[in-house]
Amino acid sequence: MRKAISSLLAISAATALGVFPAFAAAPGTIAIRNARVVTVSGPVLQRGTIVIRDGLIEAVGEQITVPSGAWVIEGDGLTVYPGLMTSLSTWGIPQPNASGGGERNAPAPPPARGPEDRPATTSWLHAADLIQSSERRLEAARSAGFTTSATFPVNGIIAGHGAIINLAGETPGSMVVTPSAGLYMTMNPAGGPSYPGSLMGVIAYIRQVFLDAEHYQMLKADYEKSPAGKRRPAYDRALEGVLNAPRILLPAVNAAQIERMLRFAAERKIRAVLYGGHEAYRTAEALKQSGAPILLNASWPERDREADPDAEETLQVLELRENAPSSAAALAKAGVPFAFYASDSASPRDLLRGVKKAIDAGLPADRALRALTLSPAEIYGVADRLGSIEKGKIANLLVTKGDLFQERTRVQYVFIDGNKYEPAAPVAAQAEGAAR
Amino acid sequence: MRFRISLLSLALCVAAPLAAAPPIVIRNANVLTVTKGSFQGSVVIQDGKIVEAGPNVLVPQGATVIDANGMYLMPGIIDCHSHIAIDAINESSVSVSSMVSIEDVLNPDAISIYRALAGGVTTANILHGSANAIGGKCSVIKMRWGKRASELLFQGAKPGIKFALGENPKRRGSAPPGVQGTPNLRYPATRMGVEDVIRQAFTEARIYQAEWREYYRKVEKNEQAIPPRRDLKLEPLVEVLEGKRLVHAHCYRADEILMLLRIADEYGFKIKTLQHVLEGYKVAKEIAAHGAGASTFSDWWSYKVEAYDAIPYNAAIMVRKGVLVSLNSDSAELMRHLNTEAAKTMKYGGLSETEALSLITINPAKQLEIDHLVGSIEPGKQADLVLYDKHPLSNYAKVQKVLIDGEIYFDRDKDLSERPAKEARKKMLLEREKQRQAEQAKNAPSGRQQ
Repeated sequence: MRKAISSLLAISAATALGVFPAFAAAPGTIAIRNARVVTVSGPVLQRGTIVIRDGLIEAVGEQITVPSGAWVIEGDGLTVYPGLMTSLSTWGIPQPNASGGGERNAPAPPPARGPEDRPATTSWLHAADLIQSSERRLEAARSAGFTTSATFPVNGIIAGHGAIINLAGETPGSMVVTPSAGLYMTMNPAGGPSYPGSLMGVIAYIRQVFLDAEHYQMLKADYEKSPAGKRRPAYDRALEGVLNAPRILLPAVNAAQIERMLRFAAERKIRAVLYGGHEAYRTAEALKQSGAPILLNASWPERDREADPDAEETLQVLELRENAPSSAAALAKAGVPFAFYASDSASPRDLLRGVKKAIDAGLPADRALRALTLSPAEIYGVADRLGSIEKGKIANLLVTKGDLFQERTRVQYVFIDGNKYEPAAPVAAQAEGAAR
Repeated sequence: MRFRISLLSLALCVAAPLAAAPPIVIRNANVLTVTKGSFQGSVVIQDGKIVEAGPNVLVPQGATVIDANGMYLMPGIIDCHSHIAIDAINESSVSVSSMVSIEDVLNPDAISIYRALAGGVTTANILHGSANAIGGKCSVIKMRWGKRASELLFQGAKPGIKFALGENPKRRGSAPPGVQGTPNLRYPATRMGVEDVIRQAFTEARIYQAEWREYYRKVEKNEQAIPPRRDLKLEPLVEVLEGKRLVHAHCYRADEILMLLRIADEYGFKIKTLQHVLEGYKVAKEIAAHGAGASTFSDWWSYKVEAYDAIPYNAAIMVRKGVLVSLNSDSAELMRHLNTEAAKTMKYGGLSETEALSLITINPAKQLEIDHLVGSIEPGKQADLVLYDKHPLSNYAKVQKVLIDGEIYFDRDKDLSERPAKEARKKMLLEREKQRQAEQAKNAPSGRQQ
């Protein structure tokens, strides 16, 4: 009962504080004048001006004249960055309540007996169809400086298609930058007595699905060419989803997994993007050779707080925990394309704290910023519209007082599609103060 | 930007470090060649291979000389049945799991590789588990500790597959928690059912094989044809039918051993090895007649009902009846002292020293069809060697050095001397972890309020 009330309160609070005031009326033209502008794609402008019109960056530079009639934000003491982008999350997709939905009473599906049953496969799902503009985590993400997310359905083995979304919009459709970011896969067994029940079963299953998709495409093409006298191939939504994928996301946390997924991608000629990367500091060279980008989970491994304090840990595990945050620096040095994200349980602020650890472990700060802006945009093929402060790009901006990676830095505003959002930071600060 | 991955570039960086190592001479050793007798002398290694072995050899210029000081040099031990260095063992959801592959789940960071090395093992047959009548594809690997997964693979080894009979494959599984009764559990539940599953699978494989033959026939005649759907479950079974993949069959009881040999004869394929085969002594003649090898334990049994009727003379009796016999570990622990397992066959069954050593070297090499490459100390073979301080069939023998492809992968002195530094490193890392946790506690609250 108590739980129900508090969650109700939380929802109404989010509605009151977050959504409505956040939607500032969008004037025709906005100019941020004489701010420090970190363009990412070019040099830092110490006194730069940015003109935003119709949701796009109309002009940026040091010698820009502010158009008459523009709303002007005086930029003294402010720094403008491209809006931050997480390279992998479920932000925007409503998460089921912990109390569980009505599905619990539904009978469990019969266990899969082979790849033909397409176990744990929902390759027909598209994040673009699942997101909601009122999803409760968007507010926290914006408040931390994020304007964009590569959002994916993540359940099952072949979970579904991600979308690049802006973290605000009047309708879900208006949030979508591209509905086709890639197909998300895991190596998680199907569960229960179902096939596949092991890691090697999962790999064999995915391999079979790729082979089936190739064969399906062949049959369809042949039928379309001359249908007369031929039995039509049955429509298969699981395979359609695989054939449509512009890239495949594959999990790879430790060195063995990274090498395994690179081999698998090479074998199947998959355009792969790996995610995880905690032991990438050992495999930067192999990643470089492969050409595959990797998404780094900045929720770095730490000892479980509830772990038995007397349990002896191996040197291998200790080395991993010590060195994981240095993976980013190693990848930057080797020239491997990488971007950051965080575990689903981590907050957007935690993601930035994780990136700060990567900086402390040797990653140059400008590379860290790039891995939160232009690099993910490049990895997902949207760098022509997102990821840097350039004329013509979507006006997704982050305005701060202070340097982005300092704990005390305040987010002043974010702009998403040219609309200004003020963070809910004062509320959070009060809560933090109260907690102390 | 291009993300496509080139197999070639992966291969190139694998091959690069192998070039131009200086020759190695191990001299002043008691050399147990296994196939060509024993002698006091030297072994010369060049480019990863044994180039000369004998009492007197020519030492090549610039060679690294290892003085064995009268210690014992034998071929690297080959374990025909192991489950180390993999991130999954069983795909137990189905009774025929031939679509899965051990190669996909090799983990080169498994410490069991290094421990196996320290026990003199240089090569092992990494098998899928025994949960299925027909299990997954297996991989022969070398214990190249420190290398990548793809570099562990034994190049030139014939592919294999695991079969299993008896108690393990007939386990139906159990209902998931909270589910009443035993719905949708796995077939089979009896030994008869295991036989049926194998027959059914090979019947399907024959049909599949015929579909592809028909397709190739059409292609040859330039007729229009769409290839059949590739079926990863049936492909390896067709390879078995065509003699391209070796069958390693887990079994215990004499009756089911005969059952499997009959199926193989009926479908026209060979069982390459019977694994465990604790009742092999009862049907050794039949095993020899089929041409199957036997890979067994020295004296490990009674861990389940079907493993009770076992005797320590099993290996020796099968040897005397003309079966190609090896001793395997099936265990990361037993794997570290296969030499003493071999020695037991001298006490139980009276095998000679050479016969005993054969059980863990040249015989398993033959069973894996890699005996032209490894398994004995002969010029032309790969330099996979173990140096023991005492005779390897002695309880007191300790492994001093292990070479694979002429490269030292285990060195006891080095291991001992590196331990203090590793201890210190571990202590330092633990200390730093404590610091990190303390800092984190100080910087709390965490992101919950966000």
